[in-house]
Amino acid sequence: MQLKSSLRVKLRAATCSLLAVTAGSAAAANFGTRWTVEGASLLYAENKRTTVFEPLLIVKRNFGAGQMLEGKFVFDAMTGASPTGAAATNRSQTFTTPSGNRYTTQTGEVPLRKFQDQRGSGDVSWTKPLNRRFKSVLSAHVSAETDYQSVGATGTITADFNQKLTTFSLGGGYNSDRINPVSGVPDGLTRVNPNLTHEETRSKHIADGMLGVTQILTPRWLVQVNFSYAKEDGYLTEPYKIISLVDTLTGETRTGDYLYEKRPDARVRQSVFASTAYHFASDILHVSYRNYWDDWGIRSHTVDLKYDLELSDKVNLEPHMRFYHQSAADFYTYSLPRGGAVPEFATSDYRFGTLNTQTIGAKIGIRTADLQEFSFRLEYMRQSGNEHPDEAVGVQQNYSMFPPIDILILQVGYSIGIP
Amino acid sequence: MKLRLLLLCAAACLVVGCAVQSVQPWQRDLLSEEKMQLVPDPVQGFLDEHIYFSKEASSGGQGVGGGGCGCN
Repeated sequence: MQLKSSLRVKLRAATCSLLAVTAGSAAAANFGTRWTVEGASLLYAENKRTTVFEPLLIVKRNFGAGQMLEGKFVFDAMTGASPTGAAATNRSQTFTTPSGNRYTTQTGEVPLRKFQDQRGSGDVSWTKPLNRRFKSVLSAHVSAETDYQSVGATGTITADFNQKLTTFSLGGGYNSDRINPVSGVPDGLTRVNPNLTHEETRSKHIADGMLGVTQILTPRWLVQVNFSYAKEDGYLTEPYKIISLVDTLTGETRTGDYLYEKRPDARVRQSVFASTAYHFASDILHVSYRNYWDDWGIRSHTVDLKYDLELSDKVNLEPHMRFYHQSAADFYTYSLPRGGAVPEFATSDYRFGTLNTQTIGAKIGIRTADLQEFSFRLEYMRQSGNEHPDEAVGVQQNYSMFPPIDILILQVGYSIGIP
Repeated sequence: MKLRLLLLCAAACLVVGCAVQSVQPWQRDLLSEEKMQLVPDPVQGFLDEHIYFSKEASSGGQGVGGGGCGCN
């Protein structure tokens, strides 16, 4: 096995000499295989909230000369409970879902709505070198869940320069989505009334583009910088989220005092993403940073670190840490004053408030034979915000407006290459 | 916005400008390892993108497309 492994490394080195590995695609991916099959299952479990089970299958066919066809099939099963957007208050709160079910939240607790959904998606992509300098990747996407359908396509061109030490990439994509919530789409910032009949379907369109440069700096060091721009138009509101109306002095919410949320119908998102990989004697360090901003007032910083520790020829351990911070959207609010002027837009969805996410964990990979690999990943994730914001009034100051969320992530994977 | 674009241009120039060391094709064996890809495990990358897209207000940066989910 040692001999085989050593031979494999030498063969790979010899091949990359011949192929002249490029900055944009440092690895001679799937070297020596005609077919690659990868399977993985993810379990995402929030404490007392949402659980997602997500198996996926990827099949790749290598046609040689850099041409590759890839199909990806994903299924999601989601169950549990999700925050409605309503705020905790000093009495129990009873809600009726669009499908007529009633549920009650206890005093001081953030209201959660039980839900269950499934989602299936399929992607296909085709990679083809156009000549010695240019390469194209085209892909198409379709997905469907009970109340949401999406189709999309992307295209990316990469160009190698400077003896393939520098690679520029230019990509664009378009997505067309349809939203058809249970009981239709409610009118934003009107009083919640599950008996109302609303318009059935809305649409959303997303156009995005990316310009990037990847550079080989040394035989061990690779860096990349991307600028991304995305424009969303259409129905960008979450139809199931609501906002509490509270007394401006006591902070109390009365029965039925809730409005549907409403977000703007356009959004421009931009980011700068920088990433690097450095190869030590045998280990590899990956670091990335993203600076994101949009015209809803959200700014965020994301740092991601992975260290690939080669324990032996067959086993590697990869610790992973990720740190994320975002500022709140301009129209985010914990609640709205009863009797006050209704703003043009408002949401109490915690994902648009001030938010911190920390993730820590590790993945272990085991190569059982040439071209086969098992992997197992375990991570802990925590999301937190401002539990006692200055905006809290009266009884709201007695309760956590944003209880931290503890999350467990488990992933198992298997891949095999077929010569 | 202008400052960010300026920083991006500066970073890009720095990246290209730093490439003073010519790396010959036969010196790229370490770079050819699959784990030296900037997304070392695309499956994990895809699953993580889906998680963070669903649970945070920011997304994107590494490529085009994505989304297509009613989770955010």
